[in-house]
Order: sequence, then structure tokens, then C-alpha cells
Amino acid sequence: MKGFIVLIAITLTSCAYKEEDKQAPFSSKKILFQVPKNFPSPVYDFSRNPITQEGFELGRALFYDGILSRDGTVSCSFCHIQTSAFTQHGHAVSHGIDDLPTRRNSQPIMNLAWVRFFFWDGGVFDLDLFPPHPIQAPNEMGETMSNVLEKLRKHPHYPKMFKAAFGTEEITTDRFLKALSQFQLMCISANSRYDKFVRNEGGILTSDELKGLSLFREKCSVCHAGELFTDGTFRNNGLPVYSNDLGRAEITLNPDDRYKFKVPSLRNVVYTAPYMHDGRFKTLDAVLEHYRKGVVDSATTDPILKQNGILGIPMSDEEKRQIIAFLQTLTDTSFITRFELSEFAIKTPTNNVKIR
Amino acid sequence: MKTFSFHQLAGLIITVLASIFLGCNKEGNKHSEPAPDINKRGSIILKFDNVVGDKDLVLGAATYKNASNEDFTVDVFQYYISNIKLKTNDGREYIVPQDESYFLVREHVAASQRITISNVPEGDYVEVTFTIGVDSLRSTMPIERRTGVLDIADSATGKPMYWTWNSGYIFVKIEGTSPQSSYTRPSDGQRRFFYHVGGFGGYSSVTVNNIRTTTLRSPEPARVRSNKTPSVHILVDVLKIFSGSYTVSFATNPYSHFSVWSSNLANNYVNMFKIDHVHNVGGHTH
Ligand code: HEC
Ligand code: HEC
Repeated sequence: MKGFIVLIAITLTSCAYKEEDKQAPFSSKKILFQVPKNFPSPVYDFSRNPITQEGFELGRALFYDGILSRDGTVSCSFCHIQTSAFTQHGHAVSHGIDDLPTRRNSQPIMNLAWVRFFFWDGGVFDLDLFPPHPIQAPNEMGETMSNVLEKLRKHPHYPKMFKAAFGTEEITTDRFLKALSQFQLMCISANSRYDKFVRNEGGILTSDELKGLSLFREKCSVCHAGELFTDGTFRNNGLPVYSNDLGRAEITLNPDDRYKFKVPSLRNVVYTAPYMHDGRFKTLDAVLEHYRKGVVDSATTDPILKQNGILGIPMSDEEKRQIIAFLQTLTDTSFITRFELSEFAIKTPTNNVKIR
Repeated sequence: MKTFSFHQLAGLIITVLASIFLGCNKEGNKHSEPAPDINKRGSIILKFDNVVGDKDLVLGAATYKNASNEDFTVDVFQYYISNIKLKTNDGREYIVPQDESYFLVREHVAASQRITISNVPEGDYVEVTFTIGVDSLRSTMPIERRTGVLDIADSATGKPMYWTWNSGYIFVKIEGTSPQSSYTRPSDGQRRFFYHVGGFGGYSSVTVNNIRTTTLRSPEPARVRSNKTPSVHILVDVLKIFSGSYTVSFATNPYSHFSVWSSNLANNYVNMFKIDHVHNVGGHTH
């Protein structure tokens, strides 16, 4: 057996069960979180929120449910669509309730257990603290957290699902947020052709793609580092400034952080178009043209992009093509089609969800 | 082996002398209480009375004037009080247990203005110290530790005291109207001001820190006894938010969110609290 997956969470949760921890959720079927062999250890603290089948299913139901919005029309999945690697396709900046635009391009719900800071500017430092933002933003879901919890308490099915996940029907901020985290943490993408190549699972890269990989390691991987293709820092990659969005500086209030944004992962980059925090580029070609010719110098432009007096990343047409070929090997079709992550997997509590 | 420190010894001597002195004067002093027994516990009430100068604060209705001579009304006023410490006249400190030391005072919720602290050792308390806002440790705690007034789901009864886009509590929030304000609310054309002050110093990179701590001396001791619960009446003067080390003008700075400028307000409002008087239940004669 290849056994490329390490089941750390199972060990974690089973220990917790032995000690009869009161915090341990109410579940026989504990799963689930698996660290892909080529990935580093996650940063999310699973000891506080071990993922169980029931918690995951509850989180999935919530993620796909418009009940989280003021008028029932907008769910998380409205802007985070599985077939687009959980981003919103076709909009530079996402649109929410009443078709109001948000300020930025939606980010993928993908490999979040390895993410330390959320949002393009990193304003939220814990996944559990994230959902109140979209829920309460007037241009996203336009609801209040307290009202969402009230609606769920009165719902015919949700109290039972909370009981299945957490032991009682009580619906609290804590449980609600942890369930949403459980679903999002399970949105793991690690089965691209590239992954199968580095894990020696029969994935084959063409000679162009291999050249692209080495060019990428040479020119891009300082920032798009490691197996997650981001070092998690905030940087200015030299985009011309089009708006008053100051990026990281809005969180730190430090002028040195102006126009710095979180280095995005490039996994499934084929599906996450349009690109950059404001969705200004529609194609990968346009992105690479930016790195090649479009980088502008400013007080905070990353020094890596102005080495030896040259602005941007020099590359020939051939090299550009090879880098793009490589980026396409990061596509994980199993991620965007995985049934358990889709809304079609939601079972209605009356027929499928086991209530004990 | 147990030794006495200088402070403990001095404290002991003072206590002994004081009790002899009080004992000798028993007949002459009608106000005296039985000496506190530090092994016994009682309660103390801190009452936060929001005012505007010498006027009571009335939401929406009354009009006041700030130090820039601008008229204003207030429709929201609320703030966190946390990490409360009490000190007796003989220097003993009582630190309210961390998990029980977070309070949100809201002008529109009368009950929130009375903070009852129980399990306080008997003593004659003359000083109270507290943080205005939420300390940085609590500001970064996991969701399961954020219960009660720290629940990040906004409550239906009031405006939220949490920034969802920049994880952190709003320490002090005041909003209202002023004809001199340079900000017009788009929805109804009303001229308004609003100040939301927070900022615990940053999670990973240093940023604005608006955590402020104040110590208030009491003009008279609050005598906590197992059977007597004194009530400390604290006046909280809204005008002090707008003047002191920095004079606020609604025309120049009609609002503030998370910003460097907001520290001007924190430096002002740290001085908005004052103990006016103490009600010592029983044995109290004025
Ligand atoms: C109206 C569209 C919209 C809705 C609805 C929405 N999001 Fe988002 N989401 C976005 C946008 C846009 C961003 C990037 C915002 C930014 O950086 O300012 C984002 C970012 C995120 C991120 C950060 C990812 C990262 O890598 O930093 C998470 C997590 C997330 N959303 C989860 C959710 C959840 C959970 C819900 C439902 C409760 C939700 N979103 C609802 C548009 C939306
Ligand atoms: C100096 C660090 C740095 C280097 C070097 C760098 N990038 Fe980026 N990259 C970023 C940052 C930061 C962003 C997000 C910028 C924004 O949205 O404002 C980004 C965004 C992107 C995006 C958009 C992803 C999305 O989902 O929106 C792509 C694609 C990309 N980079 C590819 C590359 C490639 C290919 C290279 C090498 C030729 C490269 N980058 C080199 C920092 C870097």
C-alpha cells in the first residue's frame, strides 16, 4: 500500500476519547483530517475542534444554506463555488446580497488548515473567527450573527444536527463557528498531477512542465513557497495602484505595509481566475506579463522584484509558456468534483442524518 | 520557613495600631464598623453613572456642547471594563478572577451599569483599578473562551463591540448627532459623529494599542463585610472623551474606526472616570 496519507487527527481524537474528555464531541465516527504526505504540519489547533463526521456534515449544511443571510438568498457557497475551487467565477470583485459588490476578489476555501491569516490583508487570525464577517457585512450576507443563531434554533432540523455534532441541541456562537470551520478545513486539495509527481505516485510531468517547474522554483518560489505555494507573508508584487485599498496597512496601520497583500497559493490557479486581490487579470498570461513588464516601483514594492536594478522578473516567451504549463499541473480535478464537499451530499435530517 | 516581609510587618503593625485606636474610640465614633475579618467574604457594587459634564446622559433627547463649542446628542454609548483590582486602606489587593472580570457597560441597558463583584475579602476599600477595553491576551483567545459579553456574535440589544474584519474588540463606542459635524449619513442625510475605539496592539505585528488602565481613589472607604455590600458610585463623563490631552471637533474629525488618530480619544477617555461617593449600607450616615 502506498499509504501517502498520515492520519494524525485520528490519533489525536482517539487519545481524547480515552481520557473521556468532556470537550470531546459526541460522535462514534471520528474522522477525518488527513495531512497529505508532501504537506507540512497544519497550523489550525485541532485539539480544540476535532473534526467528526457529524460536525463536518453540519458545517457543510451551514456553508450551503442561505439561512445565514438576511433574505435567504446568499450562502457562503454563493461566492465560494466548488467548481471554481471555492471562489466566485466571473466577477473581478465578488458580489453579495442585493448584488452589491464587495471590495475584493473572493479567495478559495482550500487548505485552510495551513493558513495563519485570513483575508487578502490578513485581518483575521483564526479561522473560527472568520464567518461573522461575511454574515454581517451589508454587501455580503447582510445579517446579524445573533439573528442567524436565532433562526437556527427555531429550525426544524438544525438543533438535531447540533446535537449529533456536539452532544446537545444547544446552538452557540462557539459551536456554530466550529462546525463551519470543520467543513472548511476538510476542503483539502492535494491531488494534482504535480502532487502525484512529487509523491512518486505515478504523476508524470512533460519536459515543458518540468522546465516550468524549475523556472518557477528559480523565479517565483521565494514568495509562492513550499507545497502550499505561499510563504503566508504580505508583499507588494508591484501592481499599479488602482484604488484606495491599502492591503496589509489597513490592519497594521504601518505605512511600510501599504499595498501589501497575502501571497496567494497557486494551487488550482486555473480555476481561481480572475487574479489578484481585485481580480484585475483574467488570464495567467496577463499575470506573467505583469511580472515580466508591468511591475511598478514604489516605496513598498518587494525588493525581490527589483534585483540588480531590473524591475520585474525577466523571462523569455518560451519560459513564460513553460511556467504556465507548470502552473496547470497544480490543477486538482478531484477537489472541484469531490462529492462530499458538494451541496448534493447534504442529507436532509429527516431521511439521512443519524440522530442519536 | 515563613518570614515576614517589611510590608507585611508594617501592615500588621498598622492594623494592630489602627484596631487599638479604633477600639479606644469606639464610643466617640458612631461611624465605625466592626474591623474587617479577612477570612470572611462579601460583595461590592460598582455603579457606572454616565453623565455629560454636570448633566445626566439621556440618549437621543438632550443636547450638550463639547469643548469645541459644538452641539451634540448621543444615541449610543458603551464600553468594556475589565481586569478589576480593588485595594484596601491597609494596602491589601483583591484581584477579581480573570474569567469573571469582563463587563460591558451600555447606556441603554440599565442593568449593565451595575457591576457586582462577589467573594471579596472583608476590608475597607479605597482604590479601584480597571482596564478600559479588553486586554491583548483575551483579545486573541480561542472562540470557546469568548463567552458572555465577549461573545463575538453581536447581541440584538446593542451595536456590536467587535471588528470582524480586523479581529478585535471595540473598547469604547460613542455615536450621535451634531449639526456641526462634517459627516452626513447617506441613508438619511443626518449630520453625525461616531467613534469606535479599539486596538490591542496587534497579533503578529505591532500596531495601535488603545488599552488603557485607570486607578480611581475613593473619597471614602467602601466597607465590604460579609453582611454589608457597599456601592461605589462612579461618574463617567462623556465630555472628557472630547477634551483633555486632545480637543475633538466634530467638524474636523467626525468619526474614527481603527486608526492611529483614535489614540487621542483613548488618551482622553482614560480620565473620564471618577468615584463620586460610596454608599456603605448600614452604619452609613449621610
Ligand atoms: C459576497 C461574497 C461572499 C460571501 C457570501 C462569502 N464570502 Fe468568503 N470571501 C469573499 C471575498 C471577496 C473574500 C476575500 C475578502 C478580502 O480579502 O477582503 C473572501 C474570503 C474568505 C476567506 C479567507 C480565505 C483566505 O485564504 O484568507 C474565508 C475563510 C471565507 N471567505 C469563508 C467564507 C464563509 C465561511 C462564508 C459564509 C459564512 C463566506 N466566506 C461568505 C466573498 C464572500
Ligand atoms: C515578491 C513576491 C512574489 C513573487 C516573486 C511572485 N509573486 Fe505571484 N503574487 C505575489 C503576491 C503578493 C500576490 C497577490 C498580489 C495582490 O493580489 O495584490 C501574487 C499573485 C499571484 C497570482 C494570482 C493568484 C490569484 O489567485 O489571484 C499568480 C497567478 C502569481 N502570483 C503567479 C506568480 C508567478 C508565476 C511568479 C513567478 C514568475 C510569481 N507569482 C512571483 C507575490 C509574488
